Amino acid sequence: MLALDHIAQSYGAKPVLHDVSFSLSPGQIGCLLGPSGCGKTTALRLVAGFEKPDAGEIRIAGELVARPGFSLAPEKRRVGLVFQDYALFPHLTVAGNVAFGLAHLGPADRAWRVDEMLELVGLVQEADAFPHQLSGGQQQRVALARALAPRPRLLLLDEPFSNLDVELREKLSLEVRDILKHEAITALLVTHDQHEAFAMADVIGVMHKGMVQQWDSPYNLYHQPANRFVANFIGQGVLLPGEVLNSRQVEIELGVLEGHIPTDCDEEGGCARCEKGCQVEVLIRPDDIIHDDASLLTAEVERKAFRGAEFLYTLKLPGGSRVLAQVDSHHNHALGERIGIRLGIDHVVAFRK
Amino acid sequence: MTPTGKAPSEGAFSISSSVLPWSVTLGLVLLVLIPMGVVASAMLDPDQSIWAHLWDYVLPEVLLNTLWLALGVGLGVTLLGTGLAWLTAACEFPGRRFFTWALLLPLALPAYVTAFVWIGLLDFTGALPTWLRETWGITGIPPIRSRGGVILVMVLALYPYVYLTARSAFQGQGRRLLEAAQSLGVSRRRAFFRVALPMARPGIVAGLSLALMETLADFGTVAVFNYNTFTTAIYKAWFSMFSLPAASQLATMLVFFVLTLVLFEQFTRASHSYATPARGSGGSRRIRLSGGLAWLAWAWAALVFLLAFLVPMLQLLFWTRQVLGEDLDARYLAFASHSLLLAGLGAGLVVALALALGYAQRLRPTGPMQFASRLATLGYALPGAVLAVGFYIPVAGLDNLLIDTWREWTGEEIGQVLGGTLAVMLLAYCARFLAVGYGPVETGLARITRAMDEAAQVLGRTGLRRLAAVHLPLLRGPLLAAAALAFVDIMKELPITLMTRPFGWDTLATRVFEMTSEGEWERAALPAVAICLVGLLPVFYLIRHSDART
Repeated sequence: MLALDHIAQSYGAKPVLHDVSFSLSPGQIGCLLGPSGCGKTTALRLVAGFEKPDAGEIRIAGELVARPGFSLAPEKRRVGLVFQDYALFPHLTVAGNVAFGLAHLGPADRAWRVDEMLELVGLVQEADAFPHQLSGGQQQRVALARALAPRPRLLLLDEPFSNLDVELREKLSLEVRDILKHEAITALLVTHDQHEAFAMADVIGVMHKGMVQQWDSPYNLYHQPANRFVANFIGQGVLLPGEVLNSRQVEIELGVLEGHIPTDCDEEGGCARCEKGCQVEVLIRPDDIIHDDASLLTAEVERKAFRGAEFLYTLKLPGGSRVLAQVDSHHNHALGERIGIRLGIDHVVAFRK
Repeated sequence: MTPTGKAPSEGAFSISSSVLPWSVTLGLVLLVLIPMGVVASAMLDPDQSIWAHLWDYVLPEVLLNTLWLALGVGLGVTLLGTGLAWLTAACEFPGRRFFTWALLLPLALPAYVTAFVWIGLLDFTGALPTWLRETWGITGIPPIRSRGGVILVMVLALYPYVYLTARSAFQGQGRRLLEAAQSLGVSRRRAFFRVALPMARPGIVAGLSLALMETLADFGTVAVFNYNTFTTAIYKAWFSMFSLPAASQLATMLVFFVLTLVLFEQFTRASHSYATPARGSGGSRRIRLSGGLAWLAWAWAALVFLLAFLVPMLQLLFWTRQVLGEDLDARYLAFASHSLLLAGLGAGLVVALALALGYAQRLRPTGPMQFASRLATLGYALPGAVLAVGFYIPVAGLDNLLIDTWREWTGEEIGQVLGGTLAVMLLAYCARFLAVGYGPVETGLARITRAMDEAAQVLGRTGLRRLAAVHLPLLRGPLLAAAALAFVDIMKELPITLMTRPFGWDTLATRVFEMTSEGEWERAALPAVAICLVGLLPVFYLIRHSDART
């Protein structure tokens, strides 16, 4: 439904996007996730048509909409856009805002479509209210209804929940996902908040320095990060030094881990296979460390953070390095106490040093 | 990620799309630079005899008078305006809500009106001294026609500028910072001097420089008082000595003072801009003044309101009633219609130009463009007397050129083409009041965010259809405000109108001037009342849209 092919973009001498490629199939919800300045908003604006690519091609539903020297005007792309600050028209009512993109319809059809949209987002009562009379969450839903009303081929959302408080953000992102799935809408979302991305998206592209570092499912991003940046950016965890024993085993301070030792490609693009004796770093997530009183391996509790259902312990290993451990909250240990731990790792994630 | 500041896609880098915005902006910059250049060029060719005359007989008095006036008015409006702003913004006393907006009402009275009312009341033959003399035998009241008198009247007329800006500065501070100061062991009284006052300084300075610009530009007030400053000297050089070069030289010196002031203001603004604390930090909790202090505060605010607004206004109405029967005739209607026509034309032009400048800025929001637009709106600082000279000379020159050319081509003699029309006046109004119109337009345009433009575009409205569906409805309010402000300012404008109006083209303002120069206060009151009543409209608008209601 949407395909970006080797897109590059720069402002003057400053490159913003570098060789960005990804695609969405119909009904899929994609997300560009990354810290501010990573180029994700530029990518979204390229798809919307407010920016023009220096290289590469963009297709929507198979139709070529942008390549160097050609760019279909935003109003002709049939995409919907939900802005970060919503950009509702303050002089128009909720119904007026939703009807704004329906100029091509007759009055009866327009009214019918507006009603349908307001029902979809649950704002029928507020049809005659003005934007400033609504709460932030309601304004957000008006923006969504306005964008969806003209039946766009693709919906773009620019940090749609960043102006809301945390609780509302989670609730609304699930609501919006339900609406998009119910209407079978293809959507691309841009955010810096991974919880938002996980709640909304089927597939996520982690962006950094103008490049898509990994385009994958949320599950894979967490459990099989493609590089150090993704490993650090997604979830919590630490990298422990280790040594490769053979093609199936790597040894770290906590013991020998079994599994596939991935090759790691350096920045020049050469992929060297890690042989015996190769020094690596192994990603250890808090849920990889299992608290086990029977274990002979112990670690000292250095810090702890109570999170309701569980504790997040920072544990100091005998060798001096630290790991994070997620432990049921009825295991309440004092600082300085030594507790037994063992490893429970399904996939070994190792990066060459 | 925030949207980048770079130009958007709409033909961002094509040269042709830059031409229109730039030509509009540069045209408006010329509107300010031409009169300045014209008066300054008189300096390059100084006629020794004129210069000697000015130096010997005019400058010493004018310089001294101007400096004293600026000093006195500056000090007075700062103390009065800041004090009242603090009282109504941070304290609670009986009548505070009323005084909060009522203290802005003097803005509706032009300073020259306040001036002639007080002279009429307090002059030797005025009502009050006569009554004191005849009933009580009291004499020796300090004369109102003095340096102290003119300073006092101008402070009463101009303090609202400082009051307005200082008050919104105090109001914006919230109580968090004062509470922080108190938690660090500073008493509330000392916190005022150590936190509140320094933070409000940019606001106070902004108001002060506006008041000082008005002081330097003022012609009507000092003329009524026979207090010679640069503006009256320019007028006399032109209309008594018939020497435009002398007028130009005086104007150049006045411009020098004004530009110093502008630079000072810009410098203060740049070096002392404090970020206002986040909204929702709680309005300031007021200091509840107790018993005696509360009544003292009330009495002070009431006294200022009385002297600056109520007494002048009531006296005007009283005089008006006396002369209404004989003076409200066809001639008076001609003054009024001239005023309305001029103000209407001028306001229309100002708004159109402000809108053009606003869109030029919006289309090309670059650094040089911003600088150019700041230059273009600098005309508000140029005194009307300077603009009158600065536009009259080139327009008259153009006229002579036309007459000569016509004679060479056809052998016929023609009269003036542009001279004797409204051209010079309207040009000068546009230069002086562009900033007045540009303020609301700029604020209005800023409210239409780039995202709104893009939202409209994605939803299929571009070009004129976007203008009609989004911009026009959102700009209607600001455009009306801009027009109203410019309208009132032009209506009460005196020096430009007086010096460049076509022969016999009297307006309400020039009629006030004419009657006051003859000491006929009652007959000056009728046109003055009309000006003041119209002037109340934008003040009420200001009160509704400022935070003066809290």
